[in-house]
Amino acid sequence: MELTNIFKFLYEKLAASGLPQTLVDLIALIAAAFIVFGFLAVMALFLVWWERKVSAHIQQRFGPMRTGWHGWIQTVVDMIKLLQKEDITPAAVDRPVFYWAPIVALTAAFAAYVVIPFGKGLIVADLNIGILFIVGITTFTIISLLMAGWGSNNKYALLGGMRSAAQVVSYEVPMVVAILSIVVFAGSMSMGDIVNSQSKIYEWYIFRLPFGPIAFIIYLIAGTAETNRTPFDLPEAEQELVAGFNIEYSGMKFAMFFFAEFVNLFTISAIAATLFLGGWQGPFLPSWIWFLIKSLGMVFVLMWFRWTFPRLRVDQLMEFSWKFLLPLAFVNLIIAGLMKYSKWFNW
Amino acid sequence: MQTDTVQLVFYLFSFLIIISAIYVVTLKNIFHSAIFLVLTLFGVAGIYILLHAEFLAAVQVLIYVGAVSVLMIFAIMLTTRLASREIKQSNEQVMAGIFICAGFLLASLGSFANTVWRVVDKPLPENNTLTLGQLLMNEYVLPFEVVSIVLLAALIGAIVLARKEGA
Repeated sequence: MELTNIFKFLYEKLAASGLPQTLVDLIALIAAAFIVFGFLAVMALFLVWWERKVSAHIQQRFGPMRTGWHGWIQTVVDMIKLLQKEDITPAAVDRPVFYWAPIVALTAAFAAYVVIPFGKGLIVADLNIGILFIVGITTFTIISLLMAGWGSNNKYALLGGMRSAAQVVSYEVPMVVAILSIVVFAGSMSMGDIVNSQSKIYEWYIFRLPFGPIAFIIYLIAGTAETNRTPFDLPEAEQELVAGFNIEYSGMKFAMFFFAEFVNLFTISAIAATLFLGGWQGPFLPSWIWFLIKSLGMVFVLMWFRWTFPRLRVDQLMEFSWKFLLPLAFVNLIIAGLMKYSKWFNW
Repeated sequence: MQTDTVQLVFYLFSFLIIISAIYVVTLKNIFHSAIFLVLTLFGVAGIYILLHAEFLAAVQVLIYVGAVSVLMIFAIMLTTRLASREIKQSNEQVMAGIFICAGFLLASLGSFANTVWRVVDKPLPENNTLTLGQLLMNEYVLPFEVVSIVLLAALIGAIVLARKEGA
């Protein structure tokens, strides 16, 4: 069952109701925003539970088992607990900055979903700058981390925020260059066009030798660093920084950061699925199920990374990005360009 | 989109830009100023979107918010004594400032009034990012490359300055 048909049907019903066109579009946009928000809220709750289960099984534990079947409502219960908590604002914080940081974090995390194709025709707006929009809008995540780090007026939070900003800025460069090699090959930045250019399985960019798999690996490494996950979790290294930038946050504000983190995890996976694994394309099943299968598969890979690799040192982290990933990404981009415009490889 | 909606959004973004720009220059806390600068630059990106310059808007956010502002905030955070202190935003040269601002205002108003704005009759190309890329690589390739060289020179200069002697 394609979800697109349902939405199209609802939109036509709305358009036929005699309301002015501007109002119809406005209602459709707000509805789309709520649907995406709802989907991501449920997805974040699921991912928190899944992360706990995956980590538990990798460490030969069970993880949450008591609430519901294999603890599946554990995160829902946790969420209710966090909602009930008192909203504590420490005395020494910079109030407006402290207050706005989680809001900016969550908004930046959600804004990327404007251009992500959830299925055939299931895209809020297929902008012609598509992927560049995501790269641009997610930079607000850095601002939010810096705001949280500085606004908390806490040594550990400040260090966590600065580490995180330095890391995200450094890894953004190879990531963008890796994405650029895909854009060069697809000849478009629109997410819809990129998905359409990989309709057969051998056309998926991950299978386009030699540049595809390299771009994919660079993207995956940089994506892990961007979401501050192990082996690149220096911003929140528990043993040295207690919890990093969010140390002073509690209750719902903490939950918002937590939420944003898992939404970002899903964003990285969804972009990887869209750019490299053919997006929603696949046989037999409806397109949105294929999108979910591929994205959640990528989420699992990232979780697997997190619980099996040790953490890097700061200098190793920076050297790896600037001295290895970036040159590799540039060479890869040149190869992609040559392949695109040579007669022998252009298939 | 209808023109009424466009105008409404334009006024909203202009309001956002002007208010946050005033905050940038008047707030005592330099970190707050930097945050409002981010908001100002974001508003400008919104105006670009209204003008159908989506590529420019994305690049504006990516470079000015993602790189320039982050670098500024980083510098503020590293100099802790600067961040915790109330900073005076004005000095004794208010009169000179007024004259320079008035001159600048007159110059910009004069140039706005005297410029002949080119109006394109035909609709804008559907994929204007593509058109922009083609123009940069064909018609304007020389200025484009010159700018690249300037940036490269700045980059190398920064590395040379930052490098320790003999290292």
